[in-house]
Amino acid sequence: MSQIQVTGNQIQAPENQPLLQQNPETPKYVNELTTLNLGPTHPATHGIFQNVLTMDGEKIVSGVPTIGYIHRAFEKIAEHRPFYQLTTLTDRMNYCSSPINNMGWHMTVEKLLGITVPKRAQYIRVIAMELARIADHLICNSILGVDSGAYTGFLYFFQEREKIYEIYEEICGARLTTNMGRIGGMERDLSDTALAKLKKWVEEFPPVMKEFEKMFNKNRIFRDRTEGVGPLTPERALNYGFTGPNLRAAGVDYDVRVMNPYSSYEDFEFDIPVGTTGDTYDRFMVRNEEIWQSLRIIQQAIDKLPEGRYFADAPEYYLPPKKEVYRSMEALIYHFKIIMGEIEAPVGEVYHSVEGGNGELGFYLVSDGGRTPYRLHFRRPSFIYYQAYPEMCIGTTLSDAIVIMSSLNVIAGELDA
Amino acid sequence: MTHQEIIEDLTGRYGDNIFDIHEPYGLLTLTTKRENIIDLLQYLYNHKTLQIQFLTDLCGIHYPDNIGNELGVIYHVHSLINNIRIRIKVFFPLTDPEIPTATGLYATANWMERETYDFFGIIFKGHPNLKRILNVDEMDYFPMRKEYPLEDQTRRDKQDFHFGR
Repeated sequence: MSQIQVTGNQIQAPENQPLLQQNPETPKYVNELTTLNLGPTHPATHGIFQNVLTMDGEKIVSGVPTIGYIHRAFEKIAEHRPFYQLTTLTDRMNYCSSPINNMGWHMTVEKLLGITVPKRAQYIRVIAMELARIADHLICNSILGVDSGAYTGFLYFFQEREKIYEIYEEICGARLTTNMGRIGGMERDLSDTALAKLKKWVEEFPPVMKEFEKMFNKNRIFRDRTEGVGPLTPERALNYGFTGPNLRAAGVDYDVRVMNPYSSYEDFEFDIPVGTTGDTYDRFMVRNEEIWQSLRIIQQAIDKLPEGRYFADAPEYYLPPKKEVYRSMEALIYHFKIIMGEIEAPVGEVYHSVEGGNGELGFYLVSDGGRTPYRLHFRRPSFIYYQAYPEMCIGTTLSDAIVIMSSLNVIAGELDA
Repeated sequence: MTHQEIIEDLTGRYGDNIFDIHEPYGLLTLTTKRENIIDLLQYLYNHKTLQIQFLTDLCGIHYPDNIGNELGVIYHVHSLINNIRIRIKVFFPLTDPEIPTATGLYATANWMERETYDFFGIIFKGHPNLKRILNVDEMDYFPMRKEYPLEDQTRRDKQDFHFGR
């Protein structure tokens, strides 16, 4: 590039020199840098974040992401709410897989309070979490298809996500913001209808998934759009704090479910799919493969679902069943105390992490013995991924930048929290 | 390495600069001074057997009653090879909220430190781009500090009759 100074988005020619020179040594035209705002509300950003891209022709030279458009101060609100009321906040972080957030939060509080959850509740949690993971990956992969110009897969998968939501609805009554767990177990038992629906879906889903894979995996256009786009070396990914499918696509087999098992994940057999190059295609394939592994886990959990209670014997923390509230004095007292947020937690600090839909979702909770957390910090994987986005985009074109963003699976609610 | 060996290894190198060692819920927790924090992180990063090279989480905390050590930064580091997590805390006064940045070691610390600055006003010296990330740039206070309650419950401009309710 010739002697050009860039100030803001305007190109200024050096003083006393015409912009277009007739000097034979310099090219007749001068490359102009363009500033392009990708977002805040762009259909391909899947949320409200702005990227100020500087482009040299079609190539991206640099990018500055701006976030914070939907910041809702969850950490501050958390300091003013009793523990059991906080589930509603976690729902709204990664809204594509809210059961995982819920369960992660409940497990954090249970760790703080020292409650052991019965096996049946743990298995139901595993089922809910794996369903959520599948739903999350369905959305991510199908929208990656949309962003690269393939709309059909999206329609296929939205139908399947709808069926998953119907199962949620059968388990807890809600669809998007599920709230299905409680401190100490589940809100209610897995009903026969829910189990029947789940079994039916687990049988019916694999053919759809196979068809989806047939549409994409060897599709020449899709592979040309994704292979070698936005690759990240394992060292760089680790340095950027990547976890979950995005890290595994780069070839590091770190999975919280295996490394620090929670909620009886150690009882189940599953593989960790690992990629090689860390490009967009690998991220896509890792998610596809994880859907199969999640199905495996769900199948095992259904087969081995133990009998017994679905909540722990912790009356001070677990909201008693309503019919007991009508009959027994203790249940009434505990019900009142829990609803009024009278429960005090022990002093302590705890870090608990679960394998969320797109990576390690951590909860760092400091309790000073009060009714609310003294400090709560969410380790939100999307927040950590997104800072690598400019680096992954540099040198690519705008259309590549779009698929890179989709494959990172950045959820605005989790990014901004 | 067991927790005991790690503690011995670290106190052998840093002596009194590492204190307040305990293991709440099985996670090795230690406090250090801000002069050593980058050196400690670097040492853990390059340690032959530990190889703690993954920064899981970085966040701030504010204890208004803890005079002289009001503000704190908490690092959660993780060794993916040995599966050892360590929580490192650093405390410093509110009047001098400065700590060296960890961005030279971990690229991921960049936004985490910006978030911590945004919420607590902790200045990370040497950070390449220390500005607000989640709140608006014009904000002139640090909202996660304890002196800012969630909302003033006595304010009258938000009462229902102003909105026809």
